[in-house]
Amino acid sequence: MIMKDMPAGPSPVLTRTFQSRANELKAVRKDVTMMAQKLGCGTEVVQDLVLAVDEACQNIIRHAYGEDQEGEITLNIFQEDRELVVMLRDFAESIDVEMVKPRDLNDLRPGGLGTHFIAEVMDRVEFMPPPSDGGNLLRMVKRIS
Amino acid sequence: MDHTTSEENGAIIITFEGDVDLDSSPDCRKVLLESVAKNMPVLADLSGVTYIDSSGIACMVEALQSARKSGHEFALAGVSDAAMRVLSLARLDSVFAIHESREAGLKSLD
Repeated sequence: MIMKDMPAGPSPVLTRTFQSRANELKAVRKDVTMMAQKLGCGTEVVQDLVLAVDEACQNIIRHAYGEDQEGEITLNIFQEDRELVVMLRDFAESIDVEMVKPRDLNDLRPGGLGTHFIAEVMDRVEFMPPPSDGGNLLRMVKRIS
Repeated sequence: MDHTTSEENGAIIITFEGDVDLDSSPDCRKVLLESVAKNMPVLADLSGVTYIDSSGIACMVEALQSARKSGHEFALAGVSDAAMRVLSLARLDSVFAIHESREAGLKSLD
């Protein structure tokens, strides 16, 4: 169904499809933790991956689908040598990626930190071209060695 | 996430345990803002927090701002390693008053 959007190569080390609901995220974090620990990642790398995936899912839930809409999120994580490639796909309306930017941390206010966290803990983050059948596809890479 | 609220030495202590995430942060926000509205110093004990995300951090920031507006103290205590790492990523570890333990926090709020 969605493999055309995924990099060619080995099967994902983790694949999961879930609804865009806040109460799904605890189980997603648990799966990512177990996957990363199984691959021998250190504590900090595990925490970074979990935070990035969780925050990216939150962005989808809160901004891509929004409060009045619900849909599927598909998470695939691939291992490519000593990197983990996280592909996060939603089926909401395609977003304007120029609007997705970390905010100024000197401005003390609640909210708006998720994108900053993702940029801080991952080595590369990019939105892929919108899939032909709609939605958004986020690619995040983390070195694990 | 679970939380308990108590009063000690004229301060409100809120103890959070578990994951403070998008699912639980509305409850976290509610208890924090209700406590700050009582016009007493508030100490949030985060020693049992196993995970906190941007929505949880946002609750802490909102409580701090609300406390500052009313001229009362809002401090964190016993911040777990997991929570401290996220606070540091947000560059907020120097914005909040952070005490090593609940006891140290209560002493400073005297």
